[in-house]
Amino acid sequence: MSTSAPAQPTAPAAAAAPVERSSARPVWVMAAFAALALLLFGGFGPAGSSTFALSGGGAAVSLPDLPLPGRPSGWVIGLACVALVVVVELARRAGRPAPRWAVPLFAALWVVGFLVWVVAGQRISLVGLLGGGLVLAVPLVFGALSGVVSERAGVVNIAIEGQLLAGAFLSAVVASATDSAWLGLLAAPLAGALVGLLLAIFAIRYLVDQIIVGVVLNVLVLGLTNYLFSTVLSADRSLNSPPGLGPVAIPLLSNIPVLGPVLFNQSVIVYLMYVAVAVVHVALFRTRWGLRVRAVGEHPRAADTVGINVNRTRFVNVLIAGALAGLGGAMLTLGASLAFGQNMSAGKGYIALAAMIFGRYSPKGALAAALLFGLATNLQDILSSISTPVPSQFLLMAPYLATVLAVAGLVGRVRAPAADGQPYVKQ
Amino acid sequence: MKSWLEDVRRSSWLVSLLAVVVAFVLGGVLIALTDPDTQAAMGYFFARPTDAVSAGWRAATEAYGAMLRGAIYDPQAATATRQIRPITETLTVATPLIAAGLGVALAFRVGLFNIGAQGQLILGVILAGWVGFRLHLPVGIHLLVAVLAAVIGGALWGGLVGVLRARTGAPEVITTIMLNYVALYLLAYLLTTGAFQREGASNPISPPIDDSAAFPLLLGDSFRLHLGFLVVLVAAAFVWWLLERSTVGFRWRAVGANPAAARTAGMSVSAAYVGVMVAAGALAGLAGAAQLLGTEKSLTGGIAGSIGPDAITVALLGRSRPLGVVLAGLLFGALRAGGVLMQAQTGTPIDIVLVVQSVIVLLIAAPPLVRSIFRLEPRKRRSTDSADGAAPTAERQGAAA
Repeated sequence: MSTSAPAQPTAPAAAAAPVERSSARPVWVMAAFAALALLLFGGFGPAGSSTFALSGGGAAVSLPDLPLPGRPSGWVIGLACVALVVVVELARRAGRPAPRWAVPLFAALWVVGFLVWVVAGQRISLVGLLGGGLVLAVPLVFGALSGVVSERAGVVNIAIEGQLLAGAFLSAVVASATDSAWLGLLAAPLAGALVGLLLAIFAIRYLVDQIIVGVVLNVLVLGLTNYLFSTVLSADRSLNSPPGLGPVAIPLLSNIPVLGPVLFNQSVIVYLMYVAVAVVHVALFRTRWGLRVRAVGEHPRAADTVGINVNRTRFVNVLIAGALAGLGGAMLTLGASLAFGQNMSAGKGYIALAAMIFGRYSPKGALAAALLFGLATNLQDILSSISTPVPSQFLLMAPYLATVLAVAGLVGRVRAPAADGQPYVKQ
Repeated sequence: MKSWLEDVRRSSWLVSLLAVVVAFVLGGVLIALTDPDTQAAMGYFFARPTDAVSAGWRAATEAYGAMLRGAIYDPQAATATRQIRPITETLTVATPLIAAGLGVALAFRVGLFNIGAQGQLILGVILAGWVGFRLHLPVGIHLLVAVLAAVIGGALWGGLVGVLRARTGAPEVITTIMLNYVALYLLAYLLTTGAFQREGASNPISPPIDDSAAFPLLLGDSFRLHLGFLVVLVAAAFVWWLLERSTVGFRWRAVGANPAAARTAGMSVSAAYVGVMVAAGALAGLAGAAQLLGTEKSLTGGIAGSIGPDAITVALLGRSRPLGVVLAGLLFGALRAGGVLMQAQTGTPIDIVLVVQSVIVLLIAAPPLVRSIFRLEPRKRRSTDSADGAAPTAERQGAAA
């Protein structure tokens, strides 16, 4: 199914991974992080034990707390990180690609080490940390998926922020007006797709630079929703009191210790997110449609030559992308059982953009990056109540800094689709 | 992207004017539709449509009337001072918009998308603020050092983007957006530290800057207009000279027109990227100086407001030309200043300004759309301009519409 007759000639263009010897820079960065782990988490690690409460959140099985001794855990994690650096470097020397698990494992270990260090002898709830992080990550995941769908087809989607905001706005208003959270949930992707439609019209039909359209659309949506909030929604408050889509526990699965309450006792929107990530991944990499989309994003002329309608493909993808981000916006209102507030997206669209880039334009990567960013934000919330070695602003800054490092090539290579951002004019 | 920028830069002033008109009409329709009287009259629209139309017309014209009075001259105000205050407010609000818009425009001309005016401005105010309230220098020197600090702060933040682009190829769109947030949280953090937070304050606000570090007021104490406005005008003139008359500007424009050709001609594309981002950051830093040393006087987390995004719209409306940026900055400054009075007098939220502003820019950015709305013929190019084959691509699209 993946290679159909008309799409076949474009496959090499889409999959053309440049064969070159990988640079040593990522290894150096990893080494620096490993050294930091040894020094900070080991050498200067907290004297006491950092305690992670494992139960709570309605899990059936009650578990004891998990105390991790600060300095010894730091040393163990630091040394494990060093070992991973050696593995990656050996692979590089041998001209082989590093094992696929090495870098994710490195990141995971580092995050655990960081958690032990930053909690520094106090006690936090692991379920609360992970579950809250997941909730915060949902708009980011949808936004990043939106970016993936759009940019894989070659259209830069800076308007994620506006799509989230529009989704949050319309879902709240529709849900309030009809007193049905489900209708609100249906309205959210429509609002996002509407913003996507504007992006598509200006960027594809009128060839306006995609970045400019995106930036301006964000301002437009912000202005419109602020304006309507101050006029229509303030005049009639019943238009902005949406019923929420509260957590729904999935039988059996939600009883799994720790992971159960985190993953399977959430709002319906969270379950939609699992589905969306899987569907986008399969659709992009396992179907004819996905192959065509990627061909359009990498080499539109070649795609055109074999009969793919480049601009129609892009148009459709930008609409789908808008709908996805709009759905993410519903999480801010319906998912959190909150009324719509001015500038509710508050830059989440840009973090989603960062997550997409950090996740290297792939749904799985975007999911991982968005979860990490959500975790960082939630950690910031939790830590602001206890005294910690890191000012909370730096945790909030981390996703953005990480993205700068990623695009600068300091952590691996991020390669955008070759035709990303370039309008296509049929010759 | 370059061909599109060229097209926008060259499309006629008429298109800009029409874009502004269309945006105001759409804004007026929005005001009319959300007006309670109009909505009441809409209830019996089919029985007597004129009621709804006239109520809507009244709501829109009242709002725009108040905006006009708030932006230029208010004959309804009690005193002569307050009557002419609006126009000085417009100039005051326009000052940082023009400076930051110049920075964005300058980068556009070299083919770079500088979305980072916000971050550059924040770095500028951080340094200028520290100089302003921690160093106590003599009158004259203090202001000079503070402005210089703002310019340097912005230049460093912008220059970082230029270096990343030149050395690693990191797209400036992404790095500028991300660095905006880094700067925002940096400022938020600093305002909780002893070096920046006001003594005894529990909220994140800095001490006020010394009087010696503030821009002197131009028209006395009743008006906020300050020397920074003239400084920014001088900066605009300098940017014009830099782009149109200097060797550096020639190189920059060459790189903007065609990086490959410029490289072949022996020009350093990397140097142009770094140089222009330093200059763009410096201008955004100057905008920060105007904002902090001219009007705000104390650092707060939200001091940058929406100057960064606004600067992009100013640069686009001004077609990336210094004079155009000054005029566009004045227009958006007028919208902002007028919006305040409009909100106070008619209750129409100032957010309508954002709507009008973004519609203007969307339309400006798509000349073929405006031309098709008004059924204008695509503009004939001067013979000297017709050599570039890339520019008219959007034109062809428009003609095909």
